[in-house]
Amino acid sequence: METANSEPKTNYLNADYGIKSWLLTTDHKRIALLYLISITLFFFLGGFFAMLIRLELLTPAGDLVLADTYNKLFTMHGVVMIFLFLLPAVPAVFGNFLVPMMIGAKDLAFPKLNLASWYIFIIGACFILYAVVTGGLDTGWTFYTPYSTTYSNSNVVAAALGVFITGFSSIFTGLNILVTVHRMRAPGLTWRRLPLFIWAHYATSVIMVLGTPVLAITIVLVALERLFHFGIFDARMGGDPLLFQHLFWFYSHPAVYIMILPAMGVISEIIACFSRKRVFGYDFVAMSSIAIAVLGFLVWAHHMYVAGISTYAAMIFSMLTFFVAIPSAVKVFNWTATLYKGSITFETPMLYVFAFIGLFTIGGLTGVFLASVGIDLHVTDTYFVVAHFHYVMVGGTVTAFMGALHFWWPKITGKMYPESFAKLSAVLVFLGFNLTFFPQFLLGYMGMPRRYHAYPAEFQVLNVLSTAGASILAVGFLLPMVYFVWSLQYGKDAGPNPYNAAGLEWQTASPPTTFNFEETPVVTWEAYNYDEIDAPNKGVEVAG
Amino acid sequence: MPDSELAVHNLKHHFADLEQQKATSTFGMWIFLVTEIMFFGGAFATYLIYRLSYYNAWVAGSQTMEIELGAVNTVVLICSSLTMVMSVHFAKLGNRKLTAIFLLLTLLLGFGFLGIKAVEYHGHWVHHEVPGPNFHFEHQGNYDPRQVMIFFSLYFAMTGMHALHMVIGAGLLTWLLIANARGRFTPEYNSPVEMVGLYWHFVDLVWIYLFPLLYLISHHHNG
Repeated sequence: METANSEPKTNYLNADYGIKSWLLTTDHKRIALLYLISITLFFFLGGFFAMLIRLELLTPAGDLVLADTYNKLFTMHGVVMIFLFLLPAVPAVFGNFLVPMMIGAKDLAFPKLNLASWYIFIIGACFILYAVVTGGLDTGWTFYTPYSTTYSNSNVVAAALGVFITGFSSIFTGLNILVTVHRMRAPGLTWRRLPLFIWAHYATSVIMVLGTPVLAITIVLVALERLFHFGIFDARMGGDPLLFQHLFWFYSHPAVYIMILPAMGVISEIIACFSRKRVFGYDFVAMSSIAIAVLGFLVWAHHMYVAGISTYAAMIFSMLTFFVAIPSAVKVFNWTATLYKGSITFETPMLYVFAFIGLFTIGGLTGVFLASVGIDLHVTDTYFVVAHFHYVMVGGTVTAFMGALHFWWPKITGKMYPESFAKLSAVLVFLGFNLTFFPQFLLGYMGMPRRYHAYPAEFQVLNVLSTAGASILAVGFLLPMVYFVWSLQYGKDAGPNPYNAAGLEWQTASPPTTFNFEETPVVTWEAYNYDEIDAPNKGVEVAG
Repeated sequence: MPDSELAVHNLKHHFADLEQQKATSTFGMWIFLVTEIMFFGGAFATYLIYRLSYYNAWVAGSQTMEIELGAVNTVVLICSSLTMVMSVHFAKLGNRKLTAIFLLLTLLLGFGFLGIKAVEYHGHWVHHEVPGPNFHFEHQGNYDPRQVMIFFSLYFAMTGMHALHMVIGAGLLTWLLIANARGRFTPEYNSPVEMVGLYWHFVDLVWIYLFPLLYLISHHHNG
């Protein structure tokens, strides 16, 4: 880790100037930044819709927006957040930036395909935004038939095409990561020496590659049905609406793991660094990612217990869903065991890790509640479900995303963020999040259904708490926008490895040069060799 | 350009050597084909579910197909796979002229397939077999005519998707022809030809499944 004094003057950020050098770049790090900027904009757009939803629910009467508008708000919140933020958030930004660097490669296997995936993402996003500005979309993010194919008067085809197109960007990112991990690893970097971030992204990519095409064909059939009245999913014409749900959830349930698995990879990296310990049970954590990817494909019908599948099918899917809890729990227990006797420090990324472990555990356990058919019948389509998946998606993925952004910000920009403001915002996010979503568990358990713009007066107190929490959450997300931008100009120089972290990405300059490594590193150590790094008078072998 | 210079030119900056580069692109192409299998897999699964439920309607729909045209098209595609293999073979030998001839033959066979498919589509259009408001099917036998419309919906969706893949393949072949004419390919560097070859064979293979599934259902009922 001695590269600090030999900071090169040119790096990937200033190697080339002008808008063209960014829009035509094939550098994985620049493409990651293009993604980061785009998804940040979409995050705040989706958040804007969320705030309108919460404002409407401040009072029991449906007085802020019309019922139709409300339908559009929660649909557009879901579509924008899922397809334009959560799915690409970690893999397309941090996966893109870090996978080549963590395995000692100069770039992803297919740099042009990587750039193409960003353009495809933007084109798809334009279709979705077009649907948003031309009257919106009111089908819910799930596009259930026959409402989406026959009855909805909103712009279903444009939105569906947008989702179809962004799917290809996801496929290409996944394909790129898979091939890169297989073919581009540095000499000596065997599979069992890979950082767990890589294992998580590998498992994620498998899902992206196998699942997304099924969503694509499903959307093609929906679009054909809406445009040409094909009747495949329309009961009036002999079609089967349930078939749509099967096909849709065959992708969209694994898609949940596309969102959470890379986030889990982030947690493994950060927790090892700030505990100064190797992740406990490395093999189990690595394999649990693969297990989640495989099992994730076998549980889709747990979204359909009340849709009309047989009791027998529901029982089978219920059992399979319980199985997914095992690898998820393996991760949580191993992270916790990593903390044991570690030299723990409480930098901002670590605060997000603690938030993640707690919130993901609640989100995951309530998932087990929902997996059991009896409880699910009671709380289907209530705020209990809404709270559950927000604990996983926001409490899990977004929290890990924020942790990753702080952890690797010095690597990405070469500057440190201001620690005290960052800690403040981490605390605000944690408090605001729980205040927003914990009341929703109670509301759901009491029977408040989701997707209504008005509700009985007895639910108001909890809804007011939730809206208040959402405001705190919003501050917690806006504050980092300010200090991250501030740090670009005024932040302290980070140096190559401000946390003295393990991992090849920390052996490059901050910001790295265009090709990452002066010469290809040769790896002779296990991942997370913190005992060697921290051992007195004993440097780690560093190549390059 | 002399060969050694061309080899350097063809090696992308982030690979150690041409061998790694080729192994990488081959692996990437196979994964892409896996995504294609999943894409068509969704359509095949839909087909299978309805075929099991609406078997009689499926037989009735299938028996309106022009088997002769479908069979000819199958032969055309298999021949195009052969010519594609030949062009890959000659690209590896560095024979630019024969590579070009076989690429051109593949392209022509591809257009032949699309032409015959267009004739078939036209026939379905004339006979009101295209799903939608104008759909009309002479109903004889123990099934609901609406179920035949679902058969035709899937027929058009699946063969249409296949035809779209053929059109994309034709575009790729044209690109190869131009690159080949410019002397881009050498015995050391010819992976684009091989990759497009893999794609082309995959698209053929989809048709090899589509043909019996759509054209040949229980044909002996007809005598």
